[in-house]
Amino acid sequence: MSAINFESLSVGDELPSLAKPLISRTTLALFAGASGDHNPIHIDIDFARAAGMDDVFAHGMLGMAYLGQLLTQWVPQQQLRSYGVRFGSITQLGAQMSCAGKVVEKFEENGEKRVRLELQATDENGDVKLVGQAVAALD
Amino acid sequence: MLDRSYVGHSFPTHSVPVEAGQLRFFAKAVGEESPVYHDREAARAAGYRDIPAPPTFVFSLGLVGTDLAEKYLPMGVDLARLLHGEQQFEYFAPICAGDVITLESKVTDIYDKKGGALEFAVEETTATNQDGELVAKAVQTLVMRNG
Repeated sequence: MSAINFESLSVGDELPSLAKPLISRTTLALFAGASGDHNPIHIDIDFARAAGMDDVFAHGMLGMAYLGQLLTQWVPQQQLRSYGVRFGSITQLGAQMSCAGKVVEKFEENGEKRVRLELQATDENGDVKLVGQAVAALD
Repeated sequence: MLDRSYVGHSFPTHSVPVEAGQLRFFAKAVGEESPVYHDREAARAAGYRDIPAPPTFVFSLGLVGTDLAEKYLPMGVDLARLLHGEQQFEYFAPICAGDVITLESKVTDIYDKKGGALEFAVEETTATNQDGELVAKAVQTLVMRNG
């Protein structure tokens, strides 16, 4: 599935980027059901307005799932050892997320050759919404 | 205000079946088109027992059968002011359709910033499969906006 191998990678190499379609109300409704996160702040405009927001906004975990796809389209998921993100700012309805990542470290741990990756998801304005890190084991 | 006496609090342990239909629904919802996440045969060809749960799905397993308000209200969380601050996963073995995952989670820290305008609760979860094998750990940081 993957031709990626440890020796051929260099620190600074970029992962193939991933562009996601616009986040619509339907996206959020489907993600609420599929992810089990039923917080009405993401799906009910009346609830969102009562909470002082202009509108519903995306689940943070939707963006994290998108960045996860960036990883699994690059390396088989079995090779992922860790993955984490910090949610920078709210992802608004209508956002179009772009996911990017690069290799920042090559190392050996637990008898495996591993790479550390830095990840970033930005919206169509270039605003950073999520920053993350992952470690993958490579042959 | 978050109730700091909840530091150290363990939520009830629960076991959740990993369902292929839910995994396909999740894949559809995030626009995941790889057949590995939809089709058992493709998953097996890729070396999984069955359709794998994608990297963030442990978080969703923790929500199955959980009413967010019911779970968090006692410690002072208001869903209308709740944000997700950070989320970490460590992976030890795949989670696949047909597995039964037992989740144990507890609150490990509660703190505030900006004079209490933002409060943070850290929750750590371990996920173990039906064979007693540790499959994943998760750490989530919840944020309450009080300002």
